[in-house]
Amino acid sequence: MIAYIIRRTLYAIPILIGVNLITFLLFFVINSPDDMARMHLGAKRVTSAAVEQWKHEHGYDKPLLWNEAADGITKLTDSIFYSKSVRLFVFDFGRSDEGRDIGYDICQRMWPSLAIAIPTLLIGLLVNITFAMLIAFFRGSSFDLSAMVLCVMMMSVSTLFYIIGGQFLIGKIFNLVPISGYLQGIEAWKFLILPVAVGVVSGIGMGTRWYRTIFLEELSKDYIRTARAKGLSERLVLFRHALRNALIPIPTGIVAVLPLLFMGSLLLESFFGIPGLGSYTIDAINSQDFAIVRAMVFLGSVLYIIGLLLTDISYTLVDPRVRLQ
Amino acid sequence: MPVVLWTDALLYLLVLMALIYALRVRRREHLRAPWRRVMQSPVAMGAAVVLGAYALVALTDSLHFRPTTKGGGHGEVISMLDYLVTPLRIQTEKTYSAPFATHLYAKETIELDDGREVRGYPRLTYGGAHLSDPQAQRTGDILRTSLRALTEAALVSLMLSLLVLTALARRCGTSLRESLRRVLRGRTRVPWRTLLGTAALLIALLFLLVELSAKYHVLGTDKVGQDVLYEATKSIRTGLIIGTLSTLVMLPFAILLGVAAGYFRGWVDDIVQYLYTTLNSIPSVLLIAAVILMVQVYMANHPESFESITQRADLRLLFLCIILGITSWTNLCRLLRGEVLKLREVDYVQAAAAFGVRHSNIMLRHLVPNVMHIVLIMVVLDFSGLVLAEAVLSYINIGVDPSTDSWGNMINSARLELAREPVVWWSLAAAFVFMFALVLAANLFADAVRDAFDPRLRRETA
Repeated sequence: MIAYIIRRTLYAIPILIGVNLITFLLFFVINSPDDMARMHLGAKRVTSAAVEQWKHEHGYDKPLLWNEAADGITKLTDSIFYSKSVRLFVFDFGRSDEGRDIGYDICQRMWPSLAIAIPTLLIGLLVNITFAMLIAFFRGSSFDLSAMVLCVMMMSVSTLFYIIGGQFLIGKIFNLVPISGYLQGIEAWKFLILPVAVGVVSGIGMGTRWYRTIFLEELSKDYIRTARAKGLSERLVLFRHALRNALIPIPTGIVAVLPLLFMGSLLLESFFGIPGLGSYTIDAINSQDFAIVRAMVFLGSVLYIIGLLLTDISYTLVDPRVRLQ
Repeated sequence: MPVVLWTDALLYLLVLMALIYALRVRRREHLRAPWRRVMQSPVAMGAAVVLGAYALVALTDSLHFRPTTKGGGHGEVISMLDYLVTPLRIQTEKTYSAPFATHLYAKETIELDDGREVRGYPRLTYGGAHLSDPQAQRTGDILRTSLRALTEAALVSLMLSLLVLTALARRCGTSLRESLRRVLRGRTRVPWRTLLGTAALLIALLFLLVELSAKYHVLGTDKVGQDVLYEATKSIRTGLIIGTLSTLVMLPFAILLGVAAGYFRGWVDDIVQYLYTTLNSIPSVLLIAAVILMVQVYMANHPESFESITQRADLRLLFLCIILGITSWTNLCRLLRGEVLKLREVDYVQAAAAFGVRHSNIMLRHLVPNVMHIVLIMVVLDFSGLVLAEAVLSYINIGVDPSTDSWGNMINSARLELAREPVVWWSLAAAFVFMFALVLAANLFADAVRDAFDPRLRRETA
């Protein structure tokens, strides 16, 4: 087991190097730091002195890969590639284009993101599985059909409309909770309840359909037929036999998305004004802060790879039939 | 003078490919069978009619040209659709106005005939301008116009139905009355009842919109007085292009790499797997953001390479399609690889290899045709997700160019309008309805296609 984990972790390294190279290519080679400086300073009234000044302030005035002027090992380290890309591997994100410490910001903003993402995931899971069970119980009936039609319709509505609609109805017309904002500590629930509800509702269509397929697949297996043949009631078959086996893939699915929860939900956070990592990313994109976008790309890939690793491990834990290979 | 934009060319190329595919399918029974199953599903056919209507709008909107102005010069680039709905395009008001309104949304100082000035809601320049007393006449006028439109629509629908019935009667060798009876009872193999019903509904809608929008702003006007109906209609092209081109741009790569990885295994497989795992591990929104930011920087620094705003916006749309394609490509590639890994052990592939058929031929003749159903299912399934993604991306400002009409841009500019008093709801509602209809139709159609083409699934549900 330990050997397996180590091997999988080693396998992640080339992928991270690949991600790093891609971001380096995107941010520094396709467009030179000069282009970035001009973009930030405004295209019209830019002088070469101003460009140099901007590049110097943000540490973009070094050579890309290889510094001829320096000596020894600093030939390699005193370059953009080393200072901006390689440093990411030790989670040194450097400073944003506005001069703030990105690493500190990420640590601060992680918690509001989790405060939304975890309840949304858990409540959503509970709701979806309950609905799916209910529909699977009445499969083939007109209830099943109309529920499926409803699910497809709910899937066809953009998340944007769920958010806008939720804010408008609950926040503006009924005045139940504040429309947006955030408070630290226990008071936060007031601001969290609406985004979590919207997040859950917008996922119902897709989730219910997905779990229904899983249940129906499980119900067509032989051991279910055996259980029925023994004379067990449909309820017992469904809850005691089918549910337990159908739930096997669910923890692995959760584990896969767990690390990505840190990244927060882009839309929910920015609409509801919650200072998490999702809104951080969106603000960075809007203000064209390349340093933050680069850091988030790297962080996101690390978390994704951790998710992959955890999925594989949890597979072997919940399902002994999967052998380590 | 015709202007061919990149996306126009690709969209028509896509139509051409679809036609070639249709011709191929006609001649091959094993390909026809699943499509016949799709055609027998009433839901799928109803959805197909709606999708067809959307496609028609998008295709007319994809023929661009520069009209010759009176002085002999060339004007702005417009499309065939713009030309057809010229009144809708140029009849702009000053600012917001509600659907079917005759007065502006905001109060202004109006100068009366006798020189006095009062604060009030001024009359619209075009919406309901033909009415002398809007208060009393408006409802009646709307009803009269609608009635006329519906009568015309009914006539056209009847003619269409008659045409179909005659064709059916001739083909089945029955009388017209018999085929009418069959269609009404839903006893035909292809669900003509649903098809004709949906078509009639769409025709009625078309006539209503055409008749009413000549006199009113049916869906109101937006902040700069642009007709919302026009905007929403123009957005159809953007939505469809994102939905279709994104998957198609990367399709050749996905097929080539996926099939090669599964067939050759070994180091080819390792490289391809590495490639898609790496791309997959970057969160797609961030990858899109990074690329679009870079495109923005490039476009800001090289304004001279673009002849017009339309061309610039078009190029950005194309880039968005490409990058959306890159993020969704990996999934398809993985599926293809898995399928080919299984297929290459099948007897007929082994036999071909034993006969000394070249690798390229084995892949082209034996493997690719047998994984095409996966490609088709993926393309159809991805469509609705991509249309929805466009709206989200435009909201984060990494979607299409702000000057391009798209539902995302409409929502983005309209979401703050809900905070106004009274609420400006019509832009959002229009974007919602147009998008919902397209995505719902696409979802329903995709489900039918998947059920028909995925043999594994069919066995389970049967």
